[in-house]
Amino acid sequence: MEAQNQSRPAAATPTWAMLRTLGGIALLSGLLVALVYQVTLPIIAENQRVLTEKAVFRVLPQASLKRDFVLTKQGGLAPVGEGVDGEHVYGGYDAAGNLVGVAFTGVAVGYAGPIRVMFAYDPECRCLNGSKVLSSNETPGFGDKLDFDPEFLKNFEALDARLDAEGRALANPIVTVKHGTKNQPWEIDGISGATISSKAMGRAANAAAQRAVPAIERDLAWLKQQH
Amino acid sequence: MAKGIEIRTSPHLKRVMSVERIMRTVVLALLPICAFAVYQFGLSALLLLLTTTGVSILTEWFFSRRSGQGNTVSNWSVVITGLLLGLTLPPGFPLWMAAVAAFVGVGLGKSLFGGLGYNVMNPALVGRAFVQAAFPVAITTWTPAFAPGRFGELIPSTLTLPFMQPIPVDAWVAGLNMDAWTGATPLAIQKFQHIETPIADVFSGMVAGSAGETSAILILICGLWLAWQKMLDIRIPLSVLAGAVMVALPLWLMDSATYPSPWFVLCSGGLMLAAWFMASDMVASPVTARGAILYGLFIGALTVVIRLFGGLSEGVMYAVLLGNAVGPLISSWTQPRVYGVTRKSADKRDAA
Amino acid sequence: MAELPNTQETLTPDTFLRGLWEENPVFVMLLGMCPVLAVTSTTMNALAMGLATTFVLVCSSLLVSLLRNWIPKQVRIASYIVIIATFVTIVDYSIQAISLELYAALGAFIQLIVANCVILGRAEAYASKQRLTTTFVNSLGMGAGFTLALLALGTVREILGNGTILGIHLFSPDFQPWVVMILPPGGFFVLGAWLLLFNWLRLRKERKQAEQIGVTAHAR
Repeated sequence: MEAQNQSRPAAATPTWAMLRTLGGIALLSGLLVALVYQVTLPIIAENQRVLTEKAVFRVLPQASLKRDFVLTKQGGLAPVGEGVDGEHVYGGYDAAGNLVGVAFTGVAVGYAGPIRVMFAYDPECRCLNGSKVLSSNETPGFGDKLDFDPEFLKNFEALDARLDAEGRALANPIVTVKHGTKNQPWEIDGISGATISSKAMGRAANAAAQRAVPAIERDLAWLKQQH
Repeated sequence: MAKGIEIRTSPHLKRVMSVERIMRTVVLALLPICAFAVYQFGLSALLLLLTTTGVSILTEWFFSRRSGQGNTVSNWSVVITGLLLGLTLPPGFPLWMAAVAAFVGVGLGKSLFGGLGYNVMNPALVGRAFVQAAFPVAITTWTPAFAPGRFGELIPSTLTLPFMQPIPVDAWVAGLNMDAWTGATPLAIQKFQHIETPIADVFSGMVAGSAGETSAILILICGLWLAWQKMLDIRIPLSVLAGAVMVALPLWLMDSATYPSPWFVLCSGGLMLAAWFMASDMVASPVTARGAILYGLFIGALTVVIRLFGGLSEGVMYAVLLGNAVGPLISSWTQPRVYGVTRKSADKRDAA
Repeated sequence: MAELPNTQETLTPDTFLRGLWEENPVFVMLLGMCPVLAVTSTTMNALAMGLATTFVLVCSSLLVSLLRNWIPKQVRIASYIVIIATFVTIVDYSIQAISLELYAALGAFIQLIVANCVILGRAEAYASKQRLTTTFVNSLGMGAGFTLALLALGTVREILGNGTILGIHLFSPDFQPWVVMILPPGGFFVLGAWLLLFNWLRLRKERKQAEQIGVTAHAR
């Protein structure tokens, strides 16, 4: 039976034949994968750039130009470049070169895993004035309200994010409150029925703003000239 | 074997008469609860109960005809399913969704498994679990109890066109001028704001919630009557309630500001109804005495765990379904110890 | 085929059609259930997954068939897996290049094509024994059958679960989506319904055949 199945009549397959086959296939496989990788690499990088840009322009509708910056360990901003790594923030500039806002991302765990959100910060009103959910697994019908419910989105028209006297943290941490009880500009009016998701949104906004806003405010003058 | 003495065996008996009698008695015990639901929520609750029961009967009739079992509607068990399903839904639930729940519950939860006696899980809860996942917003939209004019008008969402989103009820509720209304059930208020509704209110049923889940005292009376009629195994409801207290009491003693009192746990939501009328479903619960107790404790404890630590404010539905799922396992675990205690229990095992 | 291990199959329409119906990898052989349940929440995802799997299936079958006289029996599984993994990696990069959103929607299931038993099954049972042309046609048929099955699930789930097909709204804006259909349980429900249909059709066909031969139909 075994011998019949074999294409070669030889009783035992020589070791070198196996080595030759496996080596040959591995070589071929490596060549193919490397080739495809080389071809697709620039396209994928471009896709990634376009995707971020789309999200940034969505939360900063007046912007027509995007510049990437990195939050430095010293609590300031630096242009993206070789050897600089850290969390990215995105400056949005209009056609005249004026800074219209800064976008950054926040993450918090919701009802079904992490919710990644991009927020827009407006240095003029010192508030968050835009949000877009980048990825989430929230239950359809509940979780997608974060991105579409007009009443909930009103929270992000001017969500207070002023800094305290020292300029190291928010004067009032952003927090989600129960639906219908919002009475401070730094509170987010929750969605009734999607309490966990809207609370996660508040935590994401607070955590992201606590990290990014102090740095943005410190280097604001510099940031305005970076268009 | 004398008629009607060992309730646990009945679905497997060849005597159709006794199955019918049991089922009729259970329907009778459910009627006061249905009547209270209608008194509390008005015409909408009546239509809801009629829809779930009607569609359940039609589904059973259709499947029993197709599978060549003859007409199995006459044994009344499907009426229980329909009534129980209606009682677990919010009173303003759109009727077309209730029909979907009844169809899925009886069709998928029971008929596809082979009909009465073969269903793994409680059909009414299968239907409810399906609509809970399919229409999560509609099934958590509550309307106030004792609305003025509830016998003259319907809750607007009741008559939603099939396949359409429920008609919003916010404006209608606001028009009722009910001051204390918050749009949430006592369970949700407790879970998210840690405010306990007074025990007297949840005990008597003067609160919002699913159509028939609100009056603990009434359910208790009907359940006890059924047990007195020897139509249910009282071990199951009692151990469900005991299981809930076992988890709730220590937590409440540790931190009574965050966790609800055991009394509140027992009387609120669907625990009472589920303990007396759903967990005790003869087909889907274990057939041994010790198994029944273990099964009840499991359901009760799990209900409280889901309520307090899960994402939903009510967990009794999933607890009973999970209990049904582990029922056969519990039966087989507890089997050898029971062997030889009575001859009947051994016979039962074979029959099952 | 498996039952004729050493015979070369001649190319007939059946070589292709078998994969679509009689030996449909999903509805008849119940292979590759993981992507079938996981990525059929929308028509687009189902189509993309089906095409990606078909590409891997056809390419790897061709290569296996080409090298069939050159691969010793002892190392055949290792060789097949390396070949399949190569094409899966190629598909992975290609989908990233086509659309990152699609890539995010399909998630880990692209890489998991490598573990799809339809593909290894074809390589072992068919491609390693058959000529290049029949292998090509047969694997194309299998791939088409797999894609069709995914589409059958994907369209039903998207229509019910979202009220859309390929993102186009079918109903009025008041349509109530059946959220459960795009959640994982929906995959099981819809797959179960399709299997019910297929089994019912098969039973009916068998009964008719039995009647034709003259044997009395199964007594009720």
